[in-house]
Amino acid sequence: MKIMLVDDSRTIRNIEKNVLSQLGYTDILEAEDGIEALNQIASGMPDLFLVDWNMPNMDGLTLVKKIREQDKNVPIIMVTTEAEKTRVVEAIKAGVNNYVVKPFTTETLGGKIKQTLEKMGVPA
Amino acid sequence: MDVRYINPFMSSIKNVFSTMLNLEVSFDKPNLKTDAKASHDVSGIIGLSGDAVGAVIMSFPKPAALRIAGALAGVTFREMDEDFADAIGEIANMVAGNAKKDLEGLNVSISVPSVIIGQNHQVKATKLLPRLAIPCSTPIGSFIVEVGMKIVNKPKINSQSQEQAVEELVSSVME
Repeated sequence: MKIMLVDDSRTIRNIEKNVLSQLGYTDILEAEDGIEALNQIASGMPDLFLVDWNMPNMDGLTLVKKIREQDKNVPIIMVTTEAEKTRVVEAIKAGVNNYVVKPFTTETLGGKIKQTLEKMGVPA
Repeated sequence: MDVRYINPFMSSIKNVFSTMLNLEVSFDKPNLKTDAKASHDVSGIIGLSGDAVGAVIMSFPKPAALRIAGALAGVTFREMDEDFADAIGEIANMVAGNAKKDLEGLNVSISVPSVIIGQNHQVKATKLLPRLAIPCSTPIGSFIVEVGMKIVNKPKINSQSQEQAVEELVSSVME
């Protein structure tokens, strides 16, 4: 199971990595923005994305749309401070499968990751 | 700066610190700040745009900044390096992002964080003055959150709470 974390904050990527490692996932790719993520997936699509919204160069919403042009099914979880209903609708329309609002507890993030993988039928 | 909009920021500060840093925050009385000089040595800044324009500035004395950034990152910071600045920026990002959802009827966007380090630095933007300063204390150090915000479009009020609406929406998608 290869998981890509896309967030301009290394602190948040490290927190996400800790949660994933507690769930037994250690094959992690990291990108600081949408452009870096797209460059990395050119050599292979991960099995799950955790994507921030507000990032420099290319934001998470644009990235989600671009991933969906290539792959309709790969699970994408948006992890963001954007918490307004209009933003969540925008993200769902763009193709995210689940949504985690920052700040989050490690339990919340872990729960949403498990829920998403189960729902999408991705083998652990 | 309309004082009615102070509560979303205080709730957000409490929420971010208790959820991500496991720290309780207490507040002193907010006051109006009319000079551009930063309150402390390190400032994490988030710009606001849309129906409200301005900035949220979290200003920390160096020792508190090192401890608070370390509490988020789960490490001990001894110097104010890139990882330290990243953690401070992310705290400011979460505080501003979490507050804006409760700015009722206002559609506000936030910038990516900037972090300024240095004694006696100034955050100069005449449109941001006066700023409302909220003195905050935690068991590992104190800091100030300054909010300079001008409403440029009238709020559009909706009765359903944002949290409720978002939870319903996400649940319906996951079903």
